[in-house]
Amino acid sequence: MQATIAGRTVEVNEEGYLTDPGNWTKGLAEELAIGLGIEKLTDKHWAVIDYLRSEHAKGEEMSIRKVGNSGVVDLKTFYALFPGGPLKNASKIAGLSKPTSCI
Amino acid sequence: MKRSPRVLILGAGTAGTIVANKLAKRGGYDITIVDQGRHHYYQPGLLSIPFGLMKKSDLIKPRAKLFRPGVNFVQAKIGGILPGDKKVFLDTGSEIEYDILVVATGCRVAAEETPGLKGSDWRVNIFDFYTPDGAAALADKLRDWPGGHLVVQVMDTPIKCPVAPLECAFLSDWFFRQNGRRDKVKITYVTPLSGAFTKPRASAQLGHLLADKHIDLVSDFYVEKVDPVSHKLVCYDGREVAYDLLVTIPVTTGVEAIRQSGMGDDLGFIKTNKHTLQSEEYPEVFVIGDATNVPTSKAGSVADFEADTVVDNIGHFAAGEPLEPSFDGHANCFVEVGDGKALLLDFNYDTEPVEGMFPFPVVGPLRLLSPSRVNHWGKLAFRHIYWHLLLPGRKIPFISNHMTKAGKRLSAPKPVPEPSKTA
Repeated sequence: MQATIAGRTVEVNEEGYLTDPGNWTKGLAEELAIGLGIEKLTDKHWAVIDYLRSEHAKGEEMSIRKVGNSGVVDLKTFYALFPGGPLKNASKIAGLSKPTSCI
Repeated sequence: MKRSPRVLILGAGTAGTIVANKLAKRGGYDITIVDQGRHHYYQPGLLSIPFGLMKKSDLIKPRAKLFRPGVNFVQAKIGGILPGDKKVFLDTGSEIEYDILVVATGCRVAAEETPGLKGSDWRVNIFDFYTPDGAAALADKLRDWPGGHLVVQVMDTPIKCPVAPLECAFLSDWFFRQNGRRDKVKITYVTPLSGAFTKPRASAQLGHLLADKHIDLVSDFYVEKVDPVSHKLVCYDGREVAYDLLVTIPVTTGVEAIRQSGMGDDLGFIKTNKHTLQSEEYPEVFVIGDATNVPTSKAGSVADFEADTVVDNIGHFAAGEPLEPSFDGHANCFVEVGDGKALLLDFNYDTEPVEGMFPFPVVGPLRLLSPSRVNHWGKLAFRHIYWHLLLPGRKIPFISNHMTKAGKRLSAPKPVPEPSKTA
């Protein structure tokens, strides 16, 4: 399905995750963040988003533990930056797919 | 005459055993397989132990009897792997040189990674079932447990057999109903993911199962520590879940020998090409089963489907030919839901589990993504298939290494969001 985010029409799945990370822009990220109740993306948010996007580009599967081991952010801060579900919310803002299990 | 390529296989679990036997069947290799343990465990049966459906002794066979002639089995612990020098040290002090290395060392549950988990509650009120000893200890606990709050909980992804924790919750519900104790037991499923089901089709089809079985859900819960004194799980955002009995799936990592060799990522899984199964770093190294970092399930069926790709590509590599990118991420898993019923999942890198029939389109007889008795019988029959067809490297009738899309409902039905609840 399609959604209009930050004035652009992009393809998203039924949960609002971008289906193509190539369509991502910083403007999109800011609007996706607002949708998740994060009013302003700070430098700390951006550091996490950049990390997730660069790991995804390398083909790496992401886990909360990997984020914690990365040195980019500690896990308490990660939860505080992206409340509720830090990896699923940060992934959404970064234009990546939701971390899933096999079912 | 040119000598046969020396293939060294590390690990004689499902993946290593199948590769050894398939290579022996093809012939032309000097095959050595190393494992520290004398016994091979039928790991899908571990989940049956806590509920008294199987005993440890039902699941084991001596490894030495599982190999075809021509496979040299060495029972020893790996002392060190030197991929740059193409040699492996054993803790006995001897060293083995190889031309081609197959890493099939699997993964392990690392309870020590979570603060408090191995504290005073370990194997008293906290149990795992991914190890034979843990599963047996849990069986002893459940037999006489008077009731209380049972928490089935996953520490992190990836884990081996990602559906096993859910199966454990379903079977617990069934077990306590059978024993007349269900009214004294509250069951909660705790996951770091967004729900018990995270794929749209599975959520739509199966999301009702937790509610039907009166199992509560706590999602997005990543454990910072366990407090064994007040019997609580503590999340990084401060939420807490109190337990009387905790069945945990600890953080899962690659084995120590891989972590020490420098071949692993930060969790000890090896960077592996997801279609050729060649190591991304060392061309003469192939990786199979739970030891890889490829984005499919860590499951026995995956190891079996991967085996032909590994064996074919060992042949190509030895002959100096290009490798075949033939592995598609195919996984095929039974999921016990209790009451003598099971689900069957069939998926690969590109296609999530969907409804349909298996292995024959339309007629089945196994039904995909829907609980049925026939699926449960299929799971029971699988133990026989495992020992007699799968491990010896024989072809399993009608089952393809590649996922087939025939007979599957690939167009998505309307998604139904899973009811979610937080602590």
